[in-house]
Amino acid sequence: MVPNIDASIALVAIAPLVAAALAPLLHRYTRPFSGWLLALIPAAIFAFLVSLAPQVLAEGAISARIGWVPSLGLDLSFYVDGLSLTFATTISGIGALIIVYSGGYLRGHEHLGRFMAFLLGFMGAMLGLVLADNMLALFVFWELTAVTSFLLIGFDAVRQSARRGAIQALVITNIGGMALLVGVLLVQQITGQWELSALRGIEDGMRGHGLYGLVLACFLLAAFTKSAQFPLHFWLPNAMEAPTPVSAFLHSATMVQAGVYLLARITPWMGGTAIWMTLLVCFGAVTLLWGALAAFKQTDLKQMLAQSTIASLGLLVLLIGLGSETAIAGVIIYFVAHALYKAGLFMVVGAIDHESGTRDITALGGLADRMPVTFIAAGLGALGMVGLPPTIAFFAKEEMYLGLLAPQWQDITVLVVLVAGNALLAAIGALVAIKPFLGAEVATPKSAHEAPIAMLVGPVLLGGISIVAALLLGDFGHYVLEPGAGAILNETVKSHLTWMIDPTNPVLWMSVATWGLAFWAYRQAAMLRTLMRRFATGLGFTADDLFDRAMFGLIRFAGALTRLLHHGRLEVYLGTAFAMLALALMLPLFALGGIHALLPTADLGNWGVRLNWPPLAPHEWGVFGLALIGLLVIVISRKRLYSILALGIQGTAVALIFLIFGAPDLAFTQFMVEILSVVILALVMTRLSLEDEDPRPFEDWARDGILALVCGTGVALLLMVVLTGDLDTRLSDFFTATSVPIAHGHNIVNVILVDYRGFDTLGEISVLMAAGIAIMALLSSRGRKASASVKTVDSPTPPVAPVAPVAPVAPVEPAPARRPRRRKAAS
Amino acid sequence: MNTVIFRTIAPLIVATMLVFSIYVCLRGHNEPGGGFIGGLIAASAIAVLGMASSAAQARKALYFDPLSIAGFGVLLAGLTGLVSVFNNSPFMTSIWLYLELGEATVPLSTPLLFDIGVYLVVFGTISSIALGLESNEGEEP
Amino acid sequence: MDYVLAALVGCFVALGVYLLLSRSLIRMLLGVVILGNGVNLLIFTAGRLTLQIAPIVPPGLDQPDGAIANPLPQALILTAIVIGFAMFSFLLVLAFRTYQTLDADNTDTMRLAEPVDAPQPPLSY
Repeated sequence: MVPNIDASIALVAIAPLVAAALAPLLHRYTRPFSGWLLALIPAAIFAFLVSLAPQVLAEGAISARIGWVPSLGLDLSFYVDGLSLTFATTISGIGALIIVYSGGYLRGHEHLGRFMAFLLGFMGAMLGLVLADNMLALFVFWELTAVTSFLLIGFDAVRQSARRGAIQALVITNIGGMALLVGVLLVQQITGQWELSALRGIEDGMRGHGLYGLVLACFLLAAFTKSAQFPLHFWLPNAMEAPTPVSAFLHSATMVQAGVYLLARITPWMGGTAIWMTLLVCFGAVTLLWGALAAFKQTDLKQMLAQSTIASLGLLVLLIGLGSETAIAGVIIYFVAHALYKAGLFMVVGAIDHESGTRDITALGGLADRMPVTFIAAGLGALGMVGLPPTIAFFAKEEMYLGLLAPQWQDITVLVVLVAGNALLAAIGALVAIKPFLGAEVATPKSAHEAPIAMLVGPVLLGGISIVAALLLGDFGHYVLEPGAGAILNETVKSHLTWMIDPTNPVLWMSVATWGLAFWAYRQAAMLRTLMRRFATGLGFTADDLFDRAMFGLIRFAGALTRLLHHGRLEVYLGTAFAMLALALMLPLFALGGIHALLPTADLGNWGVRLNWPPLAPHEWGVFGLALIGLLVIVISRKRLYSILALGIQGTAVALIFLIFGAPDLAFTQFMVEILSVVILALVMTRLSLEDEDPRPFEDWARDGILALVCGTGVALLLMVVLTGDLDTRLSDFFTATSVPIAHGHNIVNVILVDYRGFDTLGEISVLMAAGIAIMALLSSRGRKASASVKTVDSPTPPVAPVAPVAPVAPVEPAPARRPRRRKAAS
Repeated sequence: MNTVIFRTIAPLIVATMLVFSIYVCLRGHNEPGGGFIGGLIAASAIAVLGMASSAAQARKALYFDPLSIAGFGVLLAGLTGLVSVFNNSPFMTSIWLYLELGEATVPLSTPLLFDIGVYLVVFGTISSIALGLESNEGEEP
Repeated sequence: MDYVLAALVGCFVALGVYLLLSRSLIRMLLGVVILGNGVNLLIFTAGRLTLQIAPIVPPGLDQPDGAIANPLPQALILTAIVIGFAMFSFLLVLAFRTYQTLDADNTDTMRLAEPVDAPQPPLSY
């Protein structure tokens, strides 16, 4: 049926990214229907993924692979098993509904096209993340979700709180991303495997390794930041600054579940150890209770849902930590159930906000008559959140209690935590669904009426699926639960979900206890809110404030460091560079023994040769002397003119050296260059009125002099060492031997320049030309700059000055006083 | 500097230097010399001319803008490299052509044209720098 | 004689560095030229020295009839000289324009791009 399974599966991750690139354009031409149209892409992906289900069921998994960096043995490999299929279908299915919903929610927004692009891009990243087999690909998609979610959360970028929420989410999840990269690389180094599917077969290869603790820490940090586990949970409520469709998508079933997915994915080869269980269960339990209680503190419907999401994530982490068959079955069912009801409820809250103008629970009431369909959708969502029987969520609760009915104290503690957490979550669900709709009608900022159809399809459909899944319990168990849980546990799992409710089973009574507790919490919501607020005030600080302090500390630190390194004093930059040069010269010579080539060997005759006065003719000595005189005059002269002349002298001496040692071409060129240098230097100097004194104080020039001497000595010694070695003359010999026979030229230097290395020369004359153009540009900007430059020079703090109303007068004052000086200098 | 003697002799010097520079450039393949040296000599000649009269007059005498000459040089050098493409050889493979003019044989080659390109670049760039610095404040360079 | 030249190269480099470290633009410019000359001589010396025999094949012969100077460093240095001169001209003009605009020769007083009282980075989102 599918022509090329590899390409098709890769396309699942890539198609949304391509669609993202085209979305703004498409939106422009299909404006009112763009949401419906774009939703076709995730819908098609959803259908394709569902069509894979029988094959996954039959074979256990489908692998697909495309060459990525073949030279490194890296493939862009994908792997579809029960777990990734469950996640991917959830993502694409809810994604399609969310895109339809966004079309209604942001109707008429000028950046809706861009929003769709971000949303599709995020979905592509998320699908890639859950389907990736190669761990590096997983990491790349992981980071892509962080980047795209940053864009989505900060979509309303004109508000500071939106920017803050976006940056916070990006920073926190990227810390985790870096940890993930380290973990992935460690695992690859230890096991030699890039593929997650291959790691399933390594048994205790990781668990028994000495670096297990470090790897575990890396993966847990990644998962805990992404899935907002206590104490790194604070970014999630702030991310509610995003438009509601984003919250409904990212913070119910996708982005935050990436951490849960990662934990589930590594369970077969990382999980099951004592430390794994302890950490996951403890962090999960604390997050569950903290999130559920914090939800009561809020009056904003969206914030309540956000806090309850934190709690649900804690619950999932706790269950993965337990790792028993029933707990893992609970993970799969709860993930699906949670995605269904939480996305639905977020959409309902968005609809309330959109139609009534507020989402403060205390300012809402009696909307049921005005928004009946929305109320039905909210009711369906709440049924799931409370976990009442006709929804799939009921079985999630049953399943997670089932394994904990042992008489050990750990199990009982966990059971109590689960019951309490579920009860609180159920109460929140009931509050969100009932409070705004029932009771006395309250006046809202906007006159409320039913939401458009695009915003109702999603929540109603999701609530319906939640019930249908429960009604088709056998099929759900067969198609979703068994492959999903089997993939996590790496063994065959048999579903035992049944509608047969057995009153003698204590699990049922646990559920009843949960509902009872939830009913109490619902009645006492106001009391709990006061209690939690008092507690927060008593605590005095939040992780949120700490984050701000850390961020601003970082900015200050960066500023201070920049000031330290980038202070704007040229001589320090240069001094540092030359000090490094001196070090690089001296270290190999003295520390690494390079100087030995120059030291006397056993037979003293060697020194005799070296100490001999070199056999140089007097005129040769004269040339060397000339060069030294030139240098000396440059350094001691106080007059500029002498310096320039001395420059010419040393250049001439260099030219003569070239001439003596058989390089007439060089000598010629050097002569001409020296003449031209002196001429243009003199031309420029006559126009400047410069101070003749060396501006450096004594200690500075002494320090610079020492540095210069060290550099000079280092270069001289290095050259001497080089001269003691043999020269590889193969290249020169080749040029010498072939210059006439092949290149028909007798002047070998010229032949090298224009023939053998002609390409280099072409580059060099281009550089020369570019320098000429730059110089002409500098010279010809003279006329225009003269008037404009006065302003930039004279106002000392240009960016700040215009703020004060008086300031524009002040900088003008000193300008006339300065102008005569400029004239004098220019003439 | 603007003495009568200098101004009178300068054109003579300049002419000699320009001819010499072309000679140095052309003989470069077999004797000391070449495009770099020739170009420098010619640029010095223009600098002398600029000093003797004025930068504007030197420009007028050059007829072409010196930077355009340099640009033409780069173009010429690049194009000579492309000639070999018609010969199915890699970029910048040299091609030689021996012209029989009566008794003398004149060897022409792409490296020679390339060297002339180098000559023009060096000449154009450096004379434009020199003339730019020689021109006075008010005068447009 | 190689060693004498090596010592001379050391002198060139030392003076070049010394001048580059001074804060006056024109002195730094001289430093660039001298350092460039020093490096050219360094390459020349490292290619070994031969007295007075240019790398030119005598007319009528296919090969030079004896030891000649190493042509490779010469080709390298020839372009280096010309490029060095272009660089020197560019720096000279740059210094000249800087002086005209900023009225300063000392690099310590040139703070246009990196002002002493640069504003702090903003502490907000």
